[in-house]
Amino acid sequence: MNPSQKPPTRFLKRWDVLVLAVFVFYPFACSLTRTVFPSWAGPTFGNALGDQLSTLFIFSILALGLNVAVGYTGLLQLGIAAFFGIGVYITGILRVPSYPFQLPFTAALVLSALGAALCGLVLGAPTLRLRGDYLALVTLGFGEVVKVTLRNLEEITAGTKGLNPIPPPHLPPWLAVPIGWLGIENSWETDYRLFYFLTLGILVIVIALLANLENSRLGRSWVAIREDELAATCMGINAPRAKLASFAASAGLAGLAGCLYATKLTTTADPNTYDFNRSIIILCCVILGGLGSLRGVLLGVLLLLGFDNIVSPQINSTLQSWLQHLGGGVQSSAVAERLLSFSNWRLMIFGLALVAIMRFRPEGLWPSARLQHELHWDEPRPPLPNSNSA
Amino acid sequence: MLTLLLAADSISGWQLFVQQCLNGLTYGALIALIALGYTMVYGIIGLINFAHGDLFMLGTFLTLTLINAFGLDTAASAWTVAISVAALLIVVALFCAVLNFSVDRLIYKPLRNAPKLAPLVSAIGVSFIFQNVGLLWKGPADLSVPKLISQRNLLGDSAITFTPSDAVLLVVVAAIMSGLTVLVKFTRLGKSMRAVSQDPVAAQLMGIHVERVIGSTFLIGGGLAGFAAVIYSMYIGTIGFQIGYINGLYAFTAAVLGGIGNIPGAVLGGIVIGMVRSLGSAYVEERWTAAIIFGILIVILIFRPSGLLGERMREKV
Repeated sequence: MNPSQKPPTRFLKRWDVLVLAVFVFYPFACSLTRTVFPSWAGPTFGNALGDQLSTLFIFSILALGLNVAVGYTGLLQLGIAAFFGIGVYITGILRVPSYPFQLPFTAALVLSALGAALCGLVLGAPTLRLRGDYLALVTLGFGEVVKVTLRNLEEITAGTKGLNPIPPPHLPPWLAVPIGWLGIENSWETDYRLFYFLTLGILVIVIALLANLENSRLGRSWVAIREDELAATCMGINAPRAKLASFAASAGLAGLAGCLYATKLTTTADPNTYDFNRSIIILCCVILGGLGSLRGVLLGVLLLLGFDNIVSPQINSTLQSWLQHLGGGVQSSAVAERLLSFSNWRLMIFGLALVAIMRFRPEGLWPSARLQHELHWDEPRPPLPNSNSA
Repeated sequence: MLTLLLAADSISGWQLFVQQCLNGLTYGALIALIALGYTMVYGIIGLINFAHGDLFMLGTFLTLTLINAFGLDTAASAWTVAISVAALLIVVALFCAVLNFSVDRLIYKPLRNAPKLAPLVSAIGVSFIFQNVGLLWKGPADLSVPKLISQRNLLGDSAITFTPSDAVLLVVVAAIMSGLTVLVKFTRLGKSMRAVSQDPVAAQLMGIHVERVIGSTFLIGGGLAGFAAVIYSMYIGTIGFQIGYINGLYAFTAAVLGGIGNIPGAVLGGIVIGMVRSLGSAYVEERWTAAIIFGILIVILIFRPSGLLGERMREKV
């Protein structure tokens, strides 16, 4: 990489615009289909999927946050769900009627991100000296501590019942009219599209910020630290400061995602939702898609969580109705019933997918060009997209 | 554990303390047994084998299946119990050892030269697969294993309870740990293991068959998980497809607390965790113990980044 070269300012490629356009027009396409073919597409056509897509957007923000720590800086973080949970609970405390604050949504959004980032700094500062696996363990331990604390501090967090109801955001009046032109109802409860566009918009802003950050001074020092911390320090990079920034940015994005998640669910849910398993699934999305690659991470979330949240329940219900159709004979024993339920194979599919991908594409499905370069240094390869050495 | 705790309410202060220390010691020994499997694998190939806890879980399921298959229950005579426990230890340990070895051959071996995260993620994948196998095998509900070993108090009618099952556990764990220490310190295999963990390439140049040593480590680690599984089933008595997760987490914590890759360290770490857990449930509150354990872990790692008994690594340039 030639350091004197100007960083590329154009991060949107043709395909990215196309994908973004598909997501932007999806709700309108659904309502159009409803109006044109009312007999074929019922009044709820496409709504459930759109609603689930906004959850995927939220988890994409979370995965992008984790990617900052693990993908860019190489800090193996196993407690991202804790920061997500912290964001959720900050939002809960600031918005729920049983507390005196009841701040507006935007304030809660900013404070959740800042609060989680602050927690990231608090955890990061003393643990920076730790080497890879020890850091992994400390973050894992931190995640467990946060979960147990959230569950046990019942006076503050309402324990397993969760804080609720979290009111929906309030649409600014100047936006109400243009939204009416687009045929969107001004009600967060009945029209999923408001939340859909809110999360999509925030996701796009986050992606734009991260794409710029990648090529900034800070982003480059993160990558340098990932590659070789000692060498990076020798070249004058302040490694502790860069690592702290990475930790804080990662936690802050997780907090932001947490705020959106709590608002979507209208409750903080059970603290057990923010445990190690969630951290691991998000980590799997990041690694599956491609560490350090924005497009890869988004693809990973779409494939893994899309399969888990959208496709898998669908297959399960189809399979069950199919079996019912065949008759009760096959479901006679408890073991047969377990084997025939698709949801009981979910972890197996996850596990096999992870093992297979690590075996055949250890750099992920859509790796960043730089990382791919490194892992296949002994093979003939195309030049880096933004290098002029070819 | 909980029943002992409730019984302990009626006894005086120092007796409660002694009782909890005893409980902590036995539970800690169990955790240490699982932690040894973690620490050996980590020591030799630097892999956090997340599937280890779930291997242990499959071991407990096999134990229950065998106990049911042979119709053993609490009414069996002392001789039957002794022979069947010995047989269970051997069979389950063999099962776990072979399973662990096969997983290494099939999944981790092709990734020896891959980037460091690849085997870690594969281990997470294997852990998911094992959990799913457990779920399909015995279903999602918790199961109870008959407590074959007598629960009568060896100390007569003293307020402190010490049962033959505690005694068996402590004896078996002590025997296994001494055996392992002898193995690693004094045998040819142990010497090769230490050489491989120092530097696999140099070890290979010295004529050590590195893959064979790694394979034996996985066999031994799996065997330890099997021992732990049998003892856990007999001692704790409640198993389920998710016990691998939390016990694996504690075991891993124990391994890191003592200094990962260090055998006495793993034992020390296990006992620290057992003690904190049982004293924590007696003097603080049961529901906070997990937070206390991980809190202590964070604090210890902040002040001693390579664990209690770990050596400080010099940075390689």
